[in-house]
Amino acid sequence: MADLHFLANPARFRRFSQRVMPSLSFATGLALLVGLYFALVQSPPDYQQGETVRIMFVHVPSAWLSMAGYALLAVLGASLLVWRHPLAALVARAAAPVGACFALVCLITGSLWGRPMWGTYWVWDARLTSMLLLFFLYLGHIALSRAYDDPDRGDRAAAILALIGAINLPIIKFSVDWWNTLHQPASVMKLGGPSIHPAILTPLLWMAGSFLLLFILLVLVRTETEIDRRRLEIADQSA
Amino acid sequence: MTGFTALVARDLRLVWRRPGDVTVVLAFFVVATVLFPLGIGPESNLLARIAAGVLWCAALFASLLSLDRLFAADYDDGTLDLLLLAPWPLELAALAKCAAHWIVTGLPLVVLAPFLGIAFGLDRDSLLALAATLLVGTPTLSLIGGLAAALTLGARRSGALLALLALPLCVPTLIFGAGAIETMAMGKNFTTHLAILGALALVALATTPWAMAAALRQAGE
Repeated sequence: MADLHFLANPARFRRFSQRVMPSLSFATGLALLVGLYFALVQSPPDYQQGETVRIMFVHVPSAWLSMAGYALLAVLGASLLVWRHPLAALVARAAAPVGACFALVCLITGSLWGRPMWGTYWVWDARLTSMLLLFFLYLGHIALSRAYDDPDRGDRAAAILALIGAINLPIIKFSVDWWNTLHQPASVMKLGGPSIHPAILTPLLWMAGSFLLLFILLVLVRTETEIDRRRLEIADQSA
Repeated sequence: MTGFTALVARDLRLVWRRPGDVTVVLAFFVVATVLFPLGIGPESNLLARIAAGVLWCAALFASLLSLDRLFAADYDDGTLDLLLLAPWPLELAALAKCAAHWIVTGLPLVVLAPFLGIAFGLDRDSLLALAATLLVGTPTLSLIGGLAAALTLGARRSGALLALLALPLCVPTLIFGAGAIETMAMGKNFTTHLAILGALALVALATTPWAMAAALRQAGE
């Protein structure tokens, strides 16, 4: 909690983020290089999926991060509404498009993978559908936070939406699962199998780690931009 | 509770004195539904198969159509400021607005939908199931839509934004509402679907008034 209060001052946060930025960028680049080496060169092709399994090394981390990103939005929304944490709004504004991009990457790579494996770019599979709905929830959050002339109102409305969305996500997931089994019970695709071989798991974890670093890096850069933008707006108003 | 009924009665009276707002919504529901056979073709097996989904989607759109004025009129003429100052909970006021919205749009849709279902060739049991699911499901649509209306109050392009916010949250209701009729058509019992629709309505009833009140307080600041 003390750390949160420490970073609540945007100027202090800016100094902090500028200090960690060089080493964070370096770590992100390095982890991406190692992860891509494992994913594209070192790991063997899957015995069923062939070379297309390599798409999974981008697809799965994107899916994880897009879900974690929405959870982050909900936490930020709660801290904005409860403690009026001044930085939470800026971080949420910065993080929502990043999370939406990861959801979109997940959808696109998924459909590129589905074309050779399932023979079609899109099936109304429960997981695909709920990821699509998550993407729509992100779009709603982004649109709402930018729909007001007064940015504070947009931030707080989006915070309420993030909390309601976080309550509804499990319900949506459950209902989509139910809907899918009702409509096409036989064609449920199963990915991977009971366990993942270490040769696949190592690059996956490396890629997940590097994507996490990339997510943090992008959010930090975008948060700094938001702070600058607010400063300019305030300077503009007082001038 | 007198405040609650007074607010519902006031909203109903406002609608009664200007009935055009509601009849337009109902006309939209009928016209939108009728467009589907024209677009897809008059084959009766196909129409009976898609009837539940079409009617549910049309009901969802129709209930969204009238929502952007739900709080906006009160916001513009200052009623909302008085509600904010009033010594009784804003959550109840928001709930009363949603209740009035449901009475003037949700309830007529419940009555109207079975007649359109006949045109789609649904049998008697399916028509009953349609009316039952709409009766249990439309309150959820009014509550979620009311939340979206409160969140977009005073925003730019609030109408389109409202739909973008409300539609993903309405997906569970749509799935179980339309799914119930399909289950019925397969000769199975649809009480599970009805129970889940009721559960969704109760969850919406327990969560959305707080969020609506929070959003309205910000709008009033």
